[in-house]
Amino acid sequence: MDASEALLLARTQFGLNIAFHILFPTLTIALAWFLVYFRVRYARTRDAGWLATYKLWVKIFALTFAMGVVTGVVMSFQFGTNWPGYMNNVGNIAGPLLAYEVLTAFFLEATFLGVMLFGMNRVPGWLHILSTVMVAVGTSLSAFWILALNSWMQTPTGHVMVDGVWIAGDWWAVIFNPSFPYRFTHMMLASGLTASFAIAGLSAWRLLRAPGDVSATQTLRVAVLVAAVLAPLQIVVGDFHGLNTLEHQPAKIAAIEGIWKTERGAPLVLFALPNEKERRNDYAIEIPKGAALVLKHDANAELQGLDAFEPDRPPVAPVFFGFRIMVGIGMGMLALAWFGVWRLRRGPPPRALLWIFAAFTFSGWIATLAGWIVTEVGRQPWLVYGVLRTADAVGHISGAQLGSSLTGYALTYSLMLLAYFVVLTHMAGKGVEK
Amino acid sequence: MSIDLPVIFAALMGLSILIYIVLDGYDLGVGMLMPAASPDQQDLMVASIGPFWDANQTWLVLGIGLLLVAFPKAHGVVLGELYLPMMAMLIGLMLRGVGFEFRMKALGWHAELWNWLFWFGSFLASLAQGFMLGRYITGFDEGFGFWLFALLVGGSVCGGYVLLGATWLVLRTEGELQSKARAWARWGLLWVALGVALVSVATPLASETVRNKWFDFPHTLWLMILPAASVAAGVWVWRSLRPAVADWKPFAGAVVIYVLAFLGLAYSIFPYVVVDRMTIWDAASHESALEFMLWGTAIVLPCIAGYTVFAYRVFRGKVTTALYK
Repeated sequence: MDASEALLLARTQFGLNIAFHILFPTLTIALAWFLVYFRVRYARTRDAGWLATYKLWVKIFALTFAMGVVTGVVMSFQFGTNWPGYMNNVGNIAGPLLAYEVLTAFFLEATFLGVMLFGMNRVPGWLHILSTVMVAVGTSLSAFWILALNSWMQTPTGHVMVDGVWIAGDWWAVIFNPSFPYRFTHMMLASGLTASFAIAGLSAWRLLRAPGDVSATQTLRVAVLVAAVLAPLQIVVGDFHGLNTLEHQPAKIAAIEGIWKTERGAPLVLFALPNEKERRNDYAIEIPKGAALVLKHDANAELQGLDAFEPDRPPVAPVFFGFRIMVGIGMGMLALAWFGVWRLRRGPPPRALLWIFAAFTFSGWIATLAGWIVTEVGRQPWLVYGVLRTADAVGHISGAQLGSSLTGYALTYSLMLLAYFVVLTHMAGKGVEK
Repeated sequence: MSIDLPVIFAALMGLSILIYIVLDGYDLGVGMLMPAASPDQQDLMVASIGPFWDANQTWLVLGIGLLLVAFPKAHGVVLGELYLPMMAMLIGLMLRGVGFEFRMKALGWHAELWNWLFWFGSFLASLAQGFMLGRYITGFDEGFGFWLFALLVGGSVCGGYVLLGATWLVLRTEGELQSKARAWARWGLLWVALGVALVSVATPLASETVRNKWFDFPHTLWLMILPAASVAAGVWVWRSLRPAVADWKPFAGAVVIYVLAFLGLAYSIFPYVVVDRMTIWDAASHESALEFMLWGTAIVLPCIAGYTVFAYRVFRGKVTTALYK
């Protein structure tokens, strides 16, 4: 088997695992803060509806968290097995960041999770609320560290070469690298939107089965309101993130916009089929000078095309489509959330609106996955931008071993995901069939 | 620098792995004992580990994480050699973890399926961990005998986890389930005794490095304290498995057996991180990385210890009801 095949298998396996994994933290990071809100609301009002909401979502949290933990354990092994060159070259920087994630976040969330789930009748109310807060702090801290590492891989700063290895010259610069504030905020908001739409969607599903259910109605209101606030924020932050990427990773922006040749006044490509062979867009629908206007705020500004970076440029199609899926869902979320807030103020929502919310239950997952594809594929052929190539980090695991383990993981994940959906649907329907 | 950072991190890694083995060992042991219990008892068994298993498993992530970040060169070699058993362990741990959640929330035959997968995952993970340990001790030597040795260690680790799980149940349950747990613990102890005896004889035969370490007079005489203390701890566990004895004693004795076995193993291997191939100093990360981590570890580990004790105190006492009921 040749090296490119091993690289492809290693990437497929790692990509499958990391994509499957990120679904669950994306939901739990913000869901933990929703739980804090539900719990405090119950403590303040002693309203059984809020307690029911808390109890339902704490179970969904436990299930989702477990899925995240077990797939995360796999990742801690795959860093070394699939990408030994990664640790050999930049391990002195990546390693400590991962270690801090385990030390400050994983133990905190996992330990207080037990108290949060099963300790409500064993500890005083304030301590139970505190435990819920600790779980939320833990999930957010874990996002902090992993996004610091990922952002460093996108826009590395603070590293120096000593005796042939990269080490951190300045840890502050490593952690607070140029893209970190944007990426971290973008991901936290993505998590907030994912959780809001998951909560709104399942609450809508409950209302479809038991119209007028008080607990589900008040939960739906809160979730839609949060979504209505976060959705426009996310669009603004996303725009800043894009401008930051233009400054530090212009090749990624060229792939996102489908700009093949460096030109003045490049158009904004709304839709097209990127043609890798001919290096052009087929069936393009464009707004003249749009990209120059959006990215440079000047209709005649020059934008670097993919030709400026050959051969070190990412494949265009996944980045191009991933971006459009993400933005499309984001716009849909904004419209739905704002309409939802307006409609819910006027009285009980019509069934059609509930169906739309139910359809949007997992929209956050799709948008987040699409966004990660944009940023990760868009960084290629680099693993650490400008520092380490993905091809130079791949290991020596044989194709047969990679293939058999890939099959094993794929089967296990399919089973888990299927069961997750079945149980979620079942739990969302439980208790409202009266 | 006067402090030997690689030694400190080897100690930290060893400590994490020891804590993992003891804590997740009882989880996995309880999981493996599931088929021997009635459905009501199964719910209680799961309730006894419910609040803890997540945090317990995190010690494995820390142990492997420290191997990855403090000894990156060894991480690639060790996990590369152990690739397939490691994958089996990971799939086992995944099935165990989600089986735990799903068995409580699914209905009908789905619940039965997850109950079975919970058991199977616990067993697969335990067997794979022991198997990996067996491969690791012999420095990944190839040959039928070495693979047989690894299987033997795999079986012994299963027995050891059953002992931990059963004594944990003696501590956390009462009545019929507790009586059953005492009987399971006796079986587990016999299994461990046989396993430890075979492994103690086989290891020096399988590995020259280990042989030289242990059969080096007059050190050998001092070293004999370890096996002697292990036998004493084993007898103590056996004797404390009577209803009249305090419920915490069997579990404490089982933990002592683990600590002794671990010390023996650590002595056999040190200062290698890959036996006969790579010492901890060969494999260590750059000093700047180790120093940065040491500060955090020194501050954070006591906090972790603190809130772990808190969580165990919250859930102390006997379990009498199933989770979520």
